Amino acid sequence: LQEFLQNLLNGIAAGSIYALIALGYTMVYGILKLINFAHGDVFMLGSFVGYYAGGWAATHATGVPPIITAGLIMLLSMVLCAAFGYVNERIAYRPLRNAPRIASLITAIGVSFFLEYGGQFVFGPDPKFFPTLVPKHIITLGGVITTNYQLIVLGVALAFMALLQFIIYGTKFGRAMRAVSFNFETASLMGIPVDRVISMTFVIGSALAAVAGILYGLSYPKIDPLMGILPGLKAFVAAVLGGIGNVPGAVVGGLLIGIVEAFVGGSALSNYRDAIAFVILIAILLFRPSGLFGRYEPEKV
Amino acid sequence: VNRLPWLVRDLLMLAIAIAVLIALGYGLERIPINGIAYYNRVLLLIGINISLAVSLNIINGHCGQFSLGHAGFMAVGAYASSFFTVYYFSPIVDRMPEGMQQFAVQNALLLVAILAGGAAAGLAGYIVGLPSLRLRGDYLAIVTLGFGEIIRVVILNVEKIGAARGLSGIPRWANFFWIYFLAFVTIVISYRLVQSSVGRAFLAVREDQIAAEAMGVNTTKYKVKAFVIGSFLAGAAGALFAHFMMYLNPRMFEFLMSFQIVVMVVLGGLGSISGSIVAATLLTALLEVLRDVKNYMPGGKDPRMIMYALLLIILMLTRPQGLLGRRELWQVLRRRKDAVVNASEGPPIQ
Repeated sequence: LQEFLQNLLNGIAAGSIYALIALGYTMVYGILKLINFAHGDVFMLGSFVGYYAGGWAATHATGVPPIITAGLIMLLSMVLCAAFGYVNERIAYRPLRNAPRIASLITAIGVSFFLEYGGQFVFGPDPKFFPTLVPKHIITLGGVITTNYQLIVLGVALAFMALLQFIIYGTKFGRAMRAVSFNFETASLMGIPVDRVISMTFVIGSALAAVAGILYGLSYPKIDPLMGILPGLKAFVAAVLGGIGNVPGAVVGGLLIGIVEAFVGGSALSNYRDAIAFVILIAILLFRPSGLFGRYEPEKV
Repeated sequence: VNRLPWLVRDLLMLAIAIAVLIALGYGLERIPINGIAYYNRVLLLIGINISLAVSLNIINGHCGQFSLGHAGFMAVGAYASSFFTVYYFSPIVDRMPEGMQQFAVQNALLLVAILAGGAAAGLAGYIVGLPSLRLRGDYLAIVTLGFGEIIRVVILNVEKIGAARGLSGIPRWANFFWIYFLAFVTIVISYRLVQSSVGRAFLAVREDQIAAEAMGVNTTKYKVKAFVIGSFLAGAAGALFAHFMMYLNPRMFEFLMSFQIVVMVVLGGLGSISGSIVAATLLTALLEVLRDVKNYMPGGKDPRMIMYALLLIILMLTRPQGLLGRRELWQVLRRRKDAVVNASEGPPIQ
C-alpha cells in the first residue's frame, strides 16, 4: 500500500505538470481547432527563463527570501512566455486563419522547430541543471516520502487551475472565450472581439506553460532545448483523452497520464513508460471517440 | 503506342523505365567530378524522400486522412527488412563466390526484403487503420502520432534488432536503381490510383465523407485501403533507407521524421503528386545546401535547422495552399493556355 501511495503521489505531481501544459493545448484547440505543436516548446522556453533568472538571482539577490525570488522568477517566465505566445499567434497563425487548417499546423511545426533548434543554438544543446530556487526538504507523511517540491508543484498547479476555471466561468472575458469556442462567426457577429480573445487565449496558455516549465525544472532539474517534445506530446494526448477543447477534461487527462506513467515506471514494464500514454489514448478513443468528457458531435450535412 | 494492348504497353513502359534507371545508375557513379559520392548520396536520399512523400500523399492528400505516423510505418519496414537481411540473407550472399550469380541473388533477396518490409508496414497500417476509422480529423492524427511513438518505444526494447544501440551490419544493397525504381513505382501506383474507381472513392471521402457515404462509397473500406497502400510503400521506402544507411537506430524514426514527411506533402500541395515530388526534392536539397552555412558562422554553431524552420514558416505564410495547390505540375504550367478546372479540384479542406 505504501508503494501504491508513493506512486500515486509521484503520479499526481507529474500529472499536474502535464495538466498545466494540456490546458494550453485544449484552449487553443477549442477556439481555433489548431494543434499548437509549438506549445511544448513554449514550456521549454519557460523552463530556460527560470534557469537563467534563477542563476542570476543566486548571485545578485542573495538577501531576498527564496519564496519571493521563486515567485518573481515564475512571474518573469510567465510574462516572457505570454509575450512569445502573443507574437507567435500574431505572426504565424493569424495570417492563416482563413487558409486551410493544415497550413497553420505546418507553421506550428515550423515554430516548434524554430524554438527547439533556436534553443540549441542560443542555450547550447547540452543539458543544464535547474537551480534550486527553494531549499529542498524531505517530508514523510504516514510512510510516504515526499518533498516540499512535490507539494509546491501540486499547490501551484492547483492554484493556477482554479484561477483558469475562474477566468473561464467567472469573468466577462471567459464568457467571450466560451462564445468564440462555441461558434467563431456568430461570436464575431455578436460584437465579441474575436481577434483579441484569441490573442488572450494564447497569452494565458503560454503563461500556464511557463508555470509548468518552472515546476518541471524544480522537480526534474535536468533541462535541455528538446525537453519540450515528449511532455508536449503527452500533454496533448492528455488533452485529447479528456476530450479536446474541454478544460476540466485536460486536467483529468493530465493527471491520469501522470498517474499511469508513475505506476508503469515503478513496475516491470518501466521500459515502456514513454509509450503508455499513447496506449491509453488509443484504448480510450476506441471506446469513446471524442475523449472522456468530450461531447459527441455527429457530423451534419 | 496507344494501339498496343494495355498489358503489352505497360510492360513496355516498365522495361523502358528499368533500362533507363539502370543506365542512369551506372552512369551517375562514374561521373568524373570530385566529391561525386556526396552528390549521389543526396540524390539517393531525395529518391527515398520522394517515395515517402508520395506514399503519404495517398493517405493525406487523396484520401484526406491526416496521418502523423508515417515514420512509424517506415520504421516497421526498415526493421523488418533489415532483420531478414542481417540474419538470413546477408550470410547467404557472403558465402557465395563473387560474380554474376552472387549479384543476381543479392538483388533478388533485396527485392524480397523490400517486399517483406512493405508487407510488415502494410500490416501495421491495417492494424492502425481499422480502429482509427471511428475517429475523424485531429483525433486520427494524434492516434497515428501515438502509434509512431509506440513503435519506436517497442523497437527500443527488442534486443534482437539492436534495441537502443541500433541495428548495424546491414549490407549496402540499395543503389540508385532500386531507390528510384521504388520512387517510380510509388508515383505510378499513386497516379493510377487517382484515375481508378478506388482513387475516385478516396477523393470522395476526402471531399465530403457524408456525401460519399450517401453515394454508396464504403468509406471505412477505402480509408483502410489508403492506409494499407500508403504504409506498404512507406515500409518499402524504409527498407531501402535501411539498406542505404547500413545502420538503423530508433532515434531516426522520431516524431521529427514524420513531421518532415508531412511538411513535404503539405508544402507540395495536398493531393498533388508532382507537388510532393517537387517538395521532397527541394526540402531534401535545401537541408543539404544549408549545411554550408555553418562555415560562415563564428564559433562553429550550426543554424541549419533554424533557417529551415524559418523558411518553412515563411513558405507556408506566403503559399498556404502549398507550392502547387491541388494541381499537378503540368496543369500549373498549362494553366495559362486553358483554364479547365480539374476534376480533383475542389474547395479547400477545412
